[in-house]
Amino acid sequence: MCEVTATSRHYVDRLFHPDPQKVLQGVMTEVLGSELRTEGVVVLGSELRTECVVLLGSELRTEGAVVLRTECVVVLGSLAMGTENNIKSLVDCHIIPALLQGLVCPDLIFIEACLRCLRTVFISPVTPVQLLYTDPTVIPHLMSLLSRSPRTQDYITQIFSHCCKTPEHQTVLFNHGAIQNIAPMLISLSYKVRMQALKCFSVLAYENTQVSMTLVNVLVDGDLLSQVFVRMLQRDLPIEMQLTAAKCLTYMCRAGAIRTDDRCIVLKTLPCLVRMCSKERLLEERVEGAETLAYLMEPDVELQRIASVTDHLVAMLADYFKYPSSVSAITDIKRLDHDLKHAHELRQAAFKLYASLGSNDEDIRKKITETENMMDRIVSGLSESSIKVRLAAVRCLHSLSRSVQQLRTSFHDHAVWKPLMKLLQNAPDEVLVMASSTLCNLLLEFSPSKEPILESGVVELLCSLTQSDSPALRVNGIWALMNMAFQADQKVKGEIVRALGTEQLFRLLSDPDTNVLMKTLGLLRNLLSTRPHIDQIMSSHGKQIMQAVTLILEGEHSIEVKEQTLCILANIADGNTAKELIMTNDDILQKIKYYMGHSNAKLQLAATFCISNLIWNEEGSCQERQDKLRELGFVDILHKLTQALDPNLCERCDTHTHVHAHYVIG
Amino acid sequence: MAELGAGSLLLGDPAFNYQEAELNERLKRLYPAVNEDETPLPRSWSPKDKYSYIGLSQNNLRVHYKGHGKNHKDAASVRATHPIPAACGIYYFEVKIVSKGLDFLSSLLPLSPIPGWDKHSYGYHGDDGHSFCSSGTGQPYGPTFTTGDVIGCCVNLINNTCFYTKNGISLGVAFTDLPPNLYPTVGLQTPGEIVDANFGQQPFVFDIEDYMSEWRAKIHGMIARFPIGERLGEWQAVLQNMVSTYLVHHGYCATATAFARATETLIQEDQTSIKNRQRIQKLVLAGRVGEAIEATQQLYPGLLEHNPNLLFMLKCRQFVEMVNGTDSEVRCFSVRSPKSQDSYPGSPSLSPRHGATNPNLHSAGADSPTCSNGVTPPNKNKSHNKYPGVSSASSSSSSSPSSVNYSESNSTDSTKSQPHSGTSNQEETRCVQTILTTVSALLCEVSKKCQTLVAVCVLVEDSCASRQLCGGNQAATERMIQFGRELQGLNEQLCREYGKNVTHKKMLQDAFSLLAYSDPWNCPVGQQLDPMQRENICSALNSAILESQNLPKQPPLMLALGQATECVQLMARVRSGSCSFARVDNFLH
Repeated sequence: MCEVTATSRHYVDRLFHPDPQKVLQGVMTEVLGSELRTEGVVVLGSELRTECVVLLGSELRTEGAVVLRTECVVVLGSLAMGTENNIKSLVDCHIIPALLQGLVCPDLIFIEACLRCLRTVFISPVTPVQLLYTDPTVIPHLMSLLSRSPRTQDYITQIFSHCCKTPEHQTVLFNHGAIQNIAPMLISLSYKVRMQALKCFSVLAYENTQVSMTLVNVLVDGDLLSQVFVRMLQRDLPIEMQLTAAKCLTYMCRAGAIRTDDRCIVLKTLPCLVRMCSKERLLEERVEGAETLAYLMEPDVELQRIASVTDHLVAMLADYFKYPSSVSAITDIKRLDHDLKHAHELRQAAFKLYASLGSNDEDIRKKITETENMMDRIVSGLSESSIKVRLAAVRCLHSLSRSVQQLRTSFHDHAVWKPLMKLLQNAPDEVLVMASSTLCNLLLEFSPSKEPILESGVVELLCSLTQSDSPALRVNGIWALMNMAFQADQKVKGEIVRALGTEQLFRLLSDPDTNVLMKTLGLLRNLLSTRPHIDQIMSSHGKQIMQAVTLILEGEHSIEVKEQTLCILANIADGNTAKELIMTNDDILQKIKYYMGHSNAKLQLAATFCISNLIWNEEGSCQERQDKLRELGFVDILHKLTQALDPNLCERCDTHTHVHAHYVIG
Repeated sequence: MAELGAGSLLLGDPAFNYQEAELNERLKRLYPAVNEDETPLPRSWSPKDKYSYIGLSQNNLRVHYKGHGKNHKDAASVRATHPIPAACGIYYFEVKIVSKGLDFLSSLLPLSPIPGWDKHSYGYHGDDGHSFCSSGTGQPYGPTFTTGDVIGCCVNLINNTCFYTKNGISLGVAFTDLPPNLYPTVGLQTPGEIVDANFGQQPFVFDIEDYMSEWRAKIHGMIARFPIGERLGEWQAVLQNMVSTYLVHHGYCATATAFARATETLIQEDQTSIKNRQRIQKLVLAGRVGEAIEATQQLYPGLLEHNPNLLFMLKCRQFVEMVNGTDSEVRCFSVRSPKSQDSYPGSPSLSPRHGATNPNLHSAGADSPTCSNGVTPPNKNKSHNKYPGVSSASSSSSSSPSSVNYSESNSTDSTKSQPHSGTSNQEETRCVQTILTTVSALLCEVSKKCQTLVAVCVLVEDSCASRQLCGGNQAATERMIQFGRELQGLNEQLCREYGKNVTHKKMLQDAFSLLAYSDPWNCPVGQQLDPMQRENICSALNSAILESQNLPKQPPLMLALGQATECVQLMARVRSGSCSFARVDNFLH
C-alpha cells in the first residue's frame, strides 16, 4: 500500500494545477487500466474524487468545457470499474446526484458518458438503489433519454433492471411509461439493446399483475408482445435471450395475463425452460431454468403433467445432484471450484422443481420417488448446511407427503421423520412452516411414521409452535396435534392436554386466525371421541370446555366454526357422564334448540345429532332426559324436521358424528 | 367426349393439386439438401410394403386395420414408400390417432423386404407408453396415447438418435445408434384402429423447424471453431494467395497490385498480361465482342484458331450483340462515335449487370464491390451451365476426386478415405468442414482487404433508346444479316472439319430466332440479349487465354468452393446427416 501511495503521490500533487485540463490529463493517462492504481488513487486522492465531482458539477464556461467534463466522467467511470470500495467512496462523495445533474446537458456524448458511469455505479450491489428514486424528476428524464441513442437505451435499461427491486419500484417505472418507452427496443437492430430491454421487462413483470396485464396488449411493430417474446425463444438464438424471454412469458402467465393452456406457454415457454435444465446448459442457466419452470407450473396440474413427460425432465433433474462430480475433482481445481460454488444452487433448484412437479399428481410423485436415490437425496438435503437447500428439500418432501402411498412406503422406509424432527428443533420460520406442514401429513393415522414420531417427544415441540407469533406456524402446530389426537389412545390424548395446557387451548379458541380456531376445535373433537375419553376429559375440564363452547356459539363466527362447535357438543352428548353437563345447562339446550331451527342445513344437522345423542342411550337415566327435552319442545322440532329434512342430509348425519383427520394442502 | 372431359377434370382436382404443391414446398424448405432424383422423400404409405390386414385410403395417407385383432400375431404394419434420406439431416413425420383400438405402434424400420416386428425395428407403444428396440420387451419411455393425440417421430441423422413427440411436446430421446435407411412405419393391432399420416402435407404440431435451427446453429458453430491442422502450413499465406490469384484471374489489376503491396506477396503473372486480359474482358462484357475477338487475335495469335469452338461461341455472341445494337460492327453506323457511346466509360474494373434472375449473384454483389464480378455465382452457374463444354466438364470431372485428395493431405491423422465408403463419414465431414472454413475465411478476407482498394464500379444500363434491332439503323441491320451468313458458313465449315455439333446448332438456332420477333427483347429467346449472358463467354475466353499462358484456368478460390460443394453432396451419398446444415450457400453472404 505504501508503494501505491508513493507512486500516486504525484498525481495528487498535480491536482492543484491551475488548469483543470492538465489535472485531468494527468489522471487520465495514469488512472485508466490498472485496478491497483485505480484503488490507490481512490484511497489516497479523496481530493481527486472531490475535484472530479466538483468539476463535473461546475458550469465551466470556457471553450471545450463539455469535452473536459466528459473526460472527467470517463475518469470517474474508470474508477467505478474498480473494487467495491471504489464505488462506496464515489457514492459517498455524491457522485450520483452530480451525474444525474449532468444528464440535463444537451451534449449526447456527455450524456452517454454520464449514463455509462451511472450504470457502473448502480449495478454494484453496494449502491443503494433508492438513490435513483429520491429525485422524482429523474425517472421521467431517463425515459425521455431512451430515444436518444442505442447507447442511452442500453445503459438506462440496465440501470432500471438493477434498480427495480420492489413492487413500489415497479409501479414508479410503470407509471412513467416504462412499457411504452422500452417496448420498441425489443426490435432494435442492436442485440445488446434487445437483450437489455428484455431483461428490464422480466424484472418489471415479476409478480406484478398491473404490468403483466398491460404487457399482453402492447403491440411492437404490429405484433403482440407475447409473439415477440415467443420469437425470442427460438432455439438458434443465444441462451441468455431464450431464458429471459421465457421468464417474461412465465411472469405474465403467473400474473394471469396469459392462460396456462395458451400455446405459447404449453408449446413454447415450457419446452424452452425444460431445455434450459439439460446437461448441455451452463450450471447457472440450469439453476435459473429449473427455478423459473417450478414457478411457472406451480399452480397448474396440467402444466405439471406436460412437464413431467417432456424430454425426460424427472430423470434429467437427477443430474443436478451430481456436482461436484468425481471427475471434476480429478481433472482440475478450477472446475471443482466452479462446481462447488453451484452445487447448492443446483440442488435447491432441483428440489424446488420436484416439489412443483409433484404437488398434485400422484403418478408424477411416484415417478419422482422412483428416481435414482431420490429419497436419500431429500433426507440428506434436509440436513445440509445451506438454508436454501434445506428449505427446498423440505418443500419437496412436503409435496411428496401428499401421497398416501408414499407416506406408507418410501417415507417410512427412509425414516424421513428423523431429519425432519431435527430440522424442526432449530430453524428459521420459513423452514419451520414447511417442516411442520409436512409433519402434519406424517402424523396422519395411516402413516406408519406416526408411532415413532410420537415416541420421539414431538408433543412439546408442537405445543410450542402453537405459541408462535406466525399464524401459519400456529395452524400447523395445532393441526399436527389434531391429526395426532385422531383415534389416539388415552395416553396420547392425556399427554396432549397436559402439554398444551387448558389455558393455551382456550387462548387458541379465541385466536384471530379462523384456521387456528377451526383446527383447535378439530383437536377438541378428536380428543372428545370414544365414550371413556369423553367422560374423562369432561370430568377434568368440563367447565372450561362448556364455557368456551358457549362463547363460540354466541360469538360472530362462520357457519363452519359453529358447525364444528355443535359437533363437539354432539360428542360431549355421546359420553355417559358428560351428558349431564349439557342436560344441566339450560342455556346450552336453548342454543341447540335454536340451531335446530336454523336456516342452514348443516347447522340443523349438527344440532339434531347432538339431541339424538342425548336421547339415545341405553342407560336408565334416559327417560329422565327425554322428559326434560320434551318439556323444552325438542320433540316437536324433531317431528317437524323428520318431515322436512332431506333424506340425504339424514344420511350425512353419520359423517358428522366423527371428526376426521384432514390433509394439509396449503 | 364429354365423359373424357370430365375425367380429365377429375385428374386435375384443384384441392389435391394445392395440397401437393404445399407438400412440395414444405419438403423443399425442410430438407433443402435432399436430391429427390437420387433419394426420394417418403410422401405416403406404400401400398406394396404392407400386411394384408392393413387398408389404405385418402391418397395412401390413412391407415385402418381390417384383421381380427385377437392377439399379437394379428398385428400388422405398413411402411412409407421410401426410406429417410440421410441428407435430411433431421427428419420428422407425424401420425394422428383418428380412432384407437387396443394397441397402436408408431415405429421405424430399416430397409428390409417385409417389415417384421422384431428385427431392427424401433417403436413407441400407445397402450403402455413403452419404447421397444429390436425386441418384444419394451422400456418405460413416455406417456400413453389415444384417440385425438398427434404422435410425431423425429430421426436425427446427425447423431443417429430418435425422439417422439406427443401433441407437439418432445418426449426426449428414445433410441441412440440408429442404423441408416429407416422407413417411417405404423403398426396396428385391433379392428377399428385408424391413423392419419402427415409427411409434410400439413403443418406439423411440433415445431420441427425450431429444432432444426438449433442444429444448424450447432453445426455452423462447429465449422467456425474447427481447428486448422498444422499441415495446412501458413494459413494466412494460403488465404492471401487465394485472394490474390482470384483478383489476378479476373483481371482486377489495380486491386491485385494494391493487395499484393499490402500483404507483401508476389503476383505470378506480369502486369501487361493482366491488363490485356482485363481489356478483352471489358470488351466482351460491354457487348463489343467483335473488338474482343480482334484484340484476342492480335494479343494472343493462334489462340482462337486452336479453339474453334470458342471462336464459334464468340461469333454467335457477336451476332446476338449486333441484334442488341452494342457490337461495334453495327455501332459504327450510328451517328455518334463508338467511343462516346461506350456504355462503360473508362471504368477501371468492369462489372456485369446483376439481374434479379440470379439472387446469389445479387446478394454477393451488394455486399462488396470486389465480389461484384460474381465471386462465386457465375462460376457456380458454370458448373451447371448450358455451355458445359468449357468449364463445367473440367470442374465436375476434376473437383470430385481432388476433394478427396484435399482431405487426405490436409486433415490431420487422416486415413486413406474412399469417396463412397460409408465408414469415412467422419473423415468427409472433417474435410468439408476444413474446406468450408477455408472458403468462409477467404470471403471474409476478400471483403475486408479489398473493400477499400477496389474502385467503384459504375454500372451503366444499356440505354433504352437503343432497344431497337441493331440500334434501329438500316445499314447496321444489313451488316448483321451479312454477318449471320458468315456465321452460318463458319458453322458449316466446322461441321465439315470436326463433325456435327449439336451445341453449335442449337446456339445458332437460338441466335437466329431473335430475328423472328418484332421485339426480340420480349420474346421467348430474348434472354440471350441480357448482358448477364456475356459473363459465361467472358470467363470462357479468359480461361482459354490463361491456359494458353500456362496459368491455371480456374482460380484456386473457385476450385475450393467447387470442392466444398461437391463434398457436401458426397456427404449426402455416404449418409452423413450433417451435410444438411453445412451447405456452402449458407456461408456465401
